[in-house]
Amino acid sequence: MPKAFTPKVVTANALLEGDVIYLASDDRWVRRLDEAEIITDEAIAQLRLLDAQARASEAVGVYLADMAPTEDGPQPKHFREEFRATGPSNYHHGKQAAG
Amino acid sequence: MYSYTEFDTAFVAERNRQFRQQVERRISGALTEDEFKPLRLMNGLYLQLHAYMLRVAIPYGTLNGAQMDQLALLAEKWDKGYGHFTTRQNIQYNWPELRDVPDMLDALAEVGMHAIQTSGNTIRNVTADHFAGAAADEVADPRPVAELLRQWSTDHPEFQFLPRKFKIAVTGAENDRAVIKAHDIGIQVVEHGGEIGYRVLVGGGLGRTPMIGKELAPFVPQEDLLPYVEAVVSVWNLLGRRDNKYKARIKITVHEHGIDEIRERVASRFAETKAAFNGADLALFDEIAAQFAPPAFRNAPTEAFDAAYEADPVFRAWTDSNLTAHKAGGYAIAQISLKAHGETPGDATAEQMRVMADLARRFGHDELRITHEQNVVLPHVHKSDLPQIHKILKAHGLATANIGMISDIIACPGMDYCALATARSIPIAQEIATRFDELKIENEIGELKIKISGCINACGHHHVGHIGILGLDRAGVENYQITLGGDATETASLGERTGPGFPAEEVVPAIERIVGAYMDHREGPEESFLQTYRRLGMAPFKLALYGEDTGKRSRAA
Ligand code: HEM
Ligand code: SF4
Repeated sequence: MPKAFTPKVVTANALLEGDVIYLASDDRWVRRLDEAEIITDEAIAQLRLLDAQARASEAVGVYLADMAPTEDGPQPKHFREEFRATGPSNYHHGKQAAG
Repeated sequence: MYSYTEFDTAFVAERNRQFRQQVERRISGALTEDEFKPLRLMNGLYLQLHAYMLRVAIPYGTLNGAQMDQLALLAEKWDKGYGHFTTRQNIQYNWPELRDVPDMLDALAEVGMHAIQTSGNTIRNVTADHFAGAAADEVADPRPVAELLRQWSTDHPEFQFLPRKFKIAVTGAENDRAVIKAHDIGIQVVEHGGEIGYRVLVGGGLGRTPMIGKELAPFVPQEDLLPYVEAVVSVWNLLGRRDNKYKARIKITVHEHGIDEIRERVASRFAETKAAFNGADLALFDEIAAQFAPPAFRNAPTEAFDAAYEADPVFRAWTDSNLTAHKAGGYAIAQISLKAHGETPGDATAEQMRVMADLARRFGHDELRITHEQNVVLPHVHKSDLPQIHKILKAHGLATANIGMISDIIACPGMDYCALATARSIPIAQEIATRFDELKIENEIGELKIKISGCINACGHHHVGHIGILGLDRAGVENYQITLGGDATETASLGERTGPGFPAEEVVPAIERIVGAYMDHREGPEESFLQTYRRLGMAPFKLALYGEDTGKRSRAA
């Protein structure tokens, strides 16, 4: 049996502000992980990635990040993505401060 | 203080103008990210985890009050109100937006500063002892020779496409505060029979393959220095491994060919390079040295200092840990710790920067230094002014009395900011400092340097920490490897791994056990942690860390 596909979100940094952004299902770039589109199909994930990479004047370093789907939205599988979602842990002024 | 020439000023202005256009073209879509990235890196602009980061050079870590004020302005206007001083004697801003960066660079140029990283495979900014021109133990100020090397290497046609980047550090004293043994070339100013010359080391470096530099020449006379350094770079330029980026640094070349063969090759190349120098460099050196002339020290009584020292235990503790002997009578070198317990190592708020700028102007001949240990220095203060300086520092959270102690930790940004990180380093530093402050045993422990990196690139110098901590990603969990016995000074050595690493929440208890073992085994308070480690080796520390099953666990690692 092929290995189960780990669900993904499309993520990047915003070109102008540099902050972490996610692709929502309506093609908007959003700042909050819980508003991101969670993709459970590998072929669709690749397509969404290609489309997002084409938006080079909005986003830098677009890639797919592993997520677990939950009731509260996508939950990062790796701690690096957790930090990206919340901001630095030494000051309360990253994403976590913005709310 | 050294100020840049008109040539330098025009060069920086032109670079800023070009970069402004490049940013506009990136935003308009005329430049792709692949085209833009090398351009922004050349101007000190990185993209990190949560934002852009702008890295501003502070040559030799030397700056004046106006420059520090300008750094405060940048922090307030374009960042979140603070800046981060680094082990490379730079300042980094963690939150600039792309559109603002050209304005930030123009603001820096107003005070003769820039973010040009002399990036790429060239000879990088030369670094020097942060006590240069002030330390009592100094043979001569190392900065004129550092500046000479900077001017010689900038745009040197032979050295624009080296196998890899190349870093030089210079110290003017036997006590090495510039970590010269961890640089591609380390230079120590020495004196033989009244003549000033240079001891040259080669092949040091940290990162993936850490190495301690080896002595190439015990004494190179002043007139031979540039041709000699040129010969070294030139030999490496030919031999260096261009096939593999991880083997390209000169430390690998020296390791593969051996120091004796390198020395012979340098000697024969030197015969050629020497012939090409006409002495113009010596005239230039004198010109530069004149600009680094010491300030006019005053001769005044120091009773005010002595009285405060007797009367105020807080002041006394601060002077005992934060002052260093100055070469002028009645003066001292005062370090301002950016390591308040529980705070981020190396961070200063805009207000704190202005306070330090103001202190430098009022009491310090308008000079400040940034140390590679992420602290700030007032290099020339008269002792009679110290009680007042201390009072002002205290009022702004800048009077922490912990220089060289367990809470004076070097930590790289790690995964709180850095895109290359495998784990966090700042919170580990914060927890260790907070814990030992609670225990109130810092003074009893004495000198103990902890250095933390968030990945193998070793920006936090963990290999040369008395206790080194390296954050790794072990199957998706932060894990910390501990090394003991590293040393960044003239007796440099690389730390040795204790054994298996520790999860984040076990790091502080592990450090406590190591410190406990030291306190139990030291011959007395005058035997430092490093001395005890050198006398006893790893065994007692291993036992304290892992208990009796030490052997099993380290084999399993
Ligand atoms: C956060 C952004 C940073 C990035 C992306 C970064 C990246 C790197 C990389 C890739 C290397 C290895 C280069 C090589 O060995 O060829 C390196 C080395 C180094 N970095 Fe950083 N760094 C960052 C921040 C810092 C900071 C904040 C400091 C000071 C606290 C620092 C100090 C150093 C030093 C001293 C080395 C040389 C270590 C050696 O001797 O090999 N870096 N950095
Ligand atoms: S050591 Fe690694 S984690 Fe730390 S700043 Fe350097 S590259 Fe980033």
